[in-house]
Amino acid sequence: MKKFTQIATFVVALALILSACGGAKPTEAPKPVATEAPAQPATEAPAAATEAPVVAEPFRVAVIMPSAKNDMAFSQSMYDALVAIQNEMGADKFEFVFSEGMFKVDDAAAAIRDYATQGYNLVIAHGSQYGSSLQEIAPDFPETSFAWGTTVDTFGLPNIYAYEAASEEGGYVNGVLAASLSKSKTIGIVAPIETGDAKLYVEGFKQGVAATDPAVKVNVNYIGSFSDVALAAEAANTHISNGADVLTGTAQMVVGAIGKAKDSNVLWFASDANQSSLAPEIVVVSQVYHWEIILKEMISKIQSGTLGGESFAINLKNNGEVMEYNPGYNLAPEVKALGDAAIQGIIDGTITITLP
Amino acid sequence: MRSRLSALFDALLPVIATLAALAVGAVMLLFLKVNPVEAYAALWDGAFGSTNAFAETLVKATPLLLVALGICISFRGDVINIGGEGQMIIGGLLATWVGLTFTNAPGWLVITSAMIAGFLGGAIWGGIPGYLKAYFNVNEILSTVMMNAIAVQIMNFMLRGPMIDPVQAQKASKIPQTARLIESFRLARLMPPTRLHFGLIIAVALAVLVYILLWRTTLGYRIRAVGLNPSASKYAGIKVQRYIVMALLLSGAFAGLAGAVQVYGVNYRMITDGSASGFTSNSGFNGIVAALFGQLHPLWSILASVLFGALLVGANQMQRVVQAPSALITALNGLVVVFVVSSEFLRRRRQRQRLAQANKENPPPADAPDRPMEAKS
Amino acid sequence: MISELFTVTVLIGILSSGIRLATPYLYAAIGETFSQRSGVLNLGVEGQMLLGAFAAFYVAMNTGSLWLGVLAAMIVGVAMGLAMAFATVNLHAEQGISGIGFYLFGLGMSDLLFQKMMGTVRTVDGFQKIAIPFLSKIPGIGEIFFNHNILVYGSYFLVLLAWFVLNKTTLGLKIRAVGENPDAADSLGVSVARVRYFAIIFGGMMSGLAGASLSIALLNVFQQNMTSGLGFIAVALVYFGAWRPGGVLVGALLFSMVNSLQLWIQVLGISIPSELAVMMPYVLTILVLIATVSKVIAPTALTKPFEREE
Repeated sequence: MKKFTQIATFVVALALILSACGGAKPTEAPKPVATEAPAQPATEAPAAATEAPVVAEPFRVAVIMPSAKNDMAFSQSMYDALVAIQNEMGADKFEFVFSEGMFKVDDAAAAIRDYATQGYNLVIAHGSQYGSSLQEIAPDFPETSFAWGTTVDTFGLPNIYAYEAASEEGGYVNGVLAASLSKSKTIGIVAPIETGDAKLYVEGFKQGVAATDPAVKVNVNYIGSFSDVALAAEAANTHISNGADVLTGTAQMVVGAIGKAKDSNVLWFASDANQSSLAPEIVVVSQVYHWEIILKEMISKIQSGTLGGESFAINLKNNGEVMEYNPGYNLAPEVKALGDAAIQGIIDGTITITLP
Repeated sequence: MRSRLSALFDALLPVIATLAALAVGAVMLLFLKVNPVEAYAALWDGAFGSTNAFAETLVKATPLLLVALGICISFRGDVINIGGEGQMIIGGLLATWVGLTFTNAPGWLVITSAMIAGFLGGAIWGGIPGYLKAYFNVNEILSTVMMNAIAVQIMNFMLRGPMIDPVQAQKASKIPQTARLIESFRLARLMPPTRLHFGLIIAVALAVLVYILLWRTTLGYRIRAVGLNPSASKYAGIKVQRYIVMALLLSGAFAGLAGAVQVYGVNYRMITDGSASGFTSNSGFNGIVAALFGQLHPLWSILASVLFGALLVGANQMQRVVQAPSALITALNGLVVVFVVSSEFLRRRRQRQRLAQANKENPPPADAPDRPMEAKS
Repeated sequence: MISELFTVTVLIGILSSGIRLATPYLYAAIGETFSQRSGVLNLGVEGQMLLGAFAAFYVAMNTGSLWLGVLAAMIVGVAMGLAMAFATVNLHAEQGISGIGFYLFGLGMSDLLFQKMMGTVRTVDGFQKIAIPFLSKIPGIGEIFFNHNILVYGSYFLVLLAWFVLNKTTLGLKIRAVGENPDAADSLGVSVARVRYFAIIFGGMMSGLAGASLSIALLNVFQQNMTSGLGFIAVALVYFGAWRPGGVLVGALLFSMVNSLQLWIQVLGISIPSELAVMMPYVLTILVLIATVSKVIAPTALTKPFEREE
């Protein structure tokens, strides 16, 4: 019995605090009804500081990213793209907010809904795991535009854009170069789990190698995690012990593998973001995503009234994917020519990559 | 009057400790050049500021509570279960399988079977460490940690292999997820358009049931007896090993149910990002914290889960509004946990002092009141 | 394909990488052994490791001195241990839960500091391999045992030291007594609080060192959440080792070697699902414990706060 009095006291006390604090604030209930104009909701505390009397409404973007914005990989590529757009359009015309480290799908769903409620023009869910949530939420906010990737699926909804990266293309080019540079004819790949962009990249890389030198063996190690840096490093070590003299990999945990490649002085081919700064001596080239190419297109469509229903891809052809050579690595011109030829071949369609 | 005030203070101690932790957090916010008042206003708003916010808090609290209920059982039986993450995953997988296999069956039947499947899945995944502890003396902390890792790999394999969404199987990108549950198989929404779903009612009802189980049934009595004193229980004729298995099995079952409820109430499919937390949102761990906040008492755990859920939901809002890094929020959660458990000491000391004083004034009755509220592990 | 596993190169590869992989587990698990032997379960190991890893990396990067980095990691570990000791010994905080709190704190704080002080992932030149003269020349054996960096050697030395301290010194006796029967120890004039403080702080220091071994010796980078569950495995290994340094060593080596075995299986292209390979070390650790049914029981006072009977 005594317990219950205690519980009761607690509940009452809590209720008191709740109501006390609740009373101090205007209790607005932001119902998920999209605001007509993308103006800031008057009752809300301004999300980002935009006190200046705005003449033209800035374009407001919110992005949800699975890892940290400086992960040297997937999330960073999106963050950098938004910064690039902001620099180009000006901070008064374009502003963005972000939620990083949203690896929990249902937290991400709450964030998407909340951003939509706050009247952002475009809400980007940067991770294929968020698609399901978007499918639920988007119909409730017909005036808000959503984008998600990497996928091609807009669920047939008029306010969802889909975007993807043809990571197999950069993989292919990396494969061509890697095969040309490998003396031991053994190449190792360190990858997270056997799906999505990682799988596409691995697939493209293997075909690039096979097309260049069928004698070169490519071994893949899926370490089963996007975060286990230590295991990624040891996977790289294993490849090296097995005779690999060229390594590549994708996703954020590969920084561990790059460190090992550097120690053992074997070459590294990068993906997702420019990783040259991590090991200037051994990174040959990085496949870098420039999402701004397609984001700008999306933004201009949204501004002219089309809120979605289309799918975009960054690839070598539209410069959304760029092979950034590391100036610190002295790549033989004849090898670079092979790489450039592969890029050209993919762009003009003479090289096709078959996906499983 | 004074004693009532004092009881109020005791009950408020966790809240005071939370505020103290938030004060430390305020210093960190200042260091990051973020206005703490604004930040905490956002936290509050995100958790309780609107109907939708409060609904989100309850949505977050639901799996926490279910896991916490299991923890109440196992910790009372002196078995530590840190395998909630894996148990949620296996429960979720089995429940999803039910919903994707029997697509022609009536909704109520599928939902019920799916919940049972989740319960059973968790029971298996919790029962194995229980069996290993009881009969092979394999420590359960070790086995549950390992079983979590194993469950994650099973999930990754199933979602990119046998259980993959047929739509994704056709595509090059092959997002590792199952197909979506059809609409009639989803747990009812209680207050549309919020995400609050029927799972909350299940969880609260089960909290009452677990309370009854622990204090009104032989099974519960024996689990607790084994937890308090295994050798004495043995002399009393209780098959100690059996109840060790039961404690972990039940504990896992509730976590498995939490997994099923997440699928049927929130996500409507299983998706993996390669880690456990992508699916569980760490509820398997946070549920332990909630249970211990709730003094390992099922009914207190309801409140503890809501408070902890509020903190988690509010923290996300705080990230959105003041753009505080998510890392700060994780650190802050940690501080709150440390401060609150440490404040327990004060509460217990005051309780003892009061007891001592009361004893001086009027001697205690022969049967000293048992105090199941005391946290023990 | 399977036969490829039994070549000399592969076996040497598995063993030497197993030895390397075991290093952070050893530091952390030996530290935890001390803490648990004194009666305190510390689940915050992972958080201590992350902060240690960051401190070591940051200091090494900015001062250019790896040893200062090691020192910084140990100081951070001591500070975290001190806080943990205060919470569990003085405030009698529930040990498991406060450990989770310290874990979350370390996880978030290391990430926050990383973002604010470094901003992006960088690399350092960590401890280089030291080939032990003569011994490293022995074919096979030399590569496996005698060609590692100083922190790898250190972790094995620590096992020896820990065994000696726990079993052959008064300090070890006190630690064990306090963990088994604090009342008796107290009545003999041993300060339970002081011994536990020592054990927890030592555990924190070793966890910090474990972090340093990752960030400036084995991986030479720092990234958010780079330990990725390693600290929890370390705690589990203490149970595997039945609270004995030798047992911990066996557990850490077993787990690490199976892990490097699964890496080799994939590298050699043996076709099993990658998930099955990845789960091998976890499954095998459990199986080995089942096979070697042990009668060991935990330190009696583990997780129980000590309060002097008045």
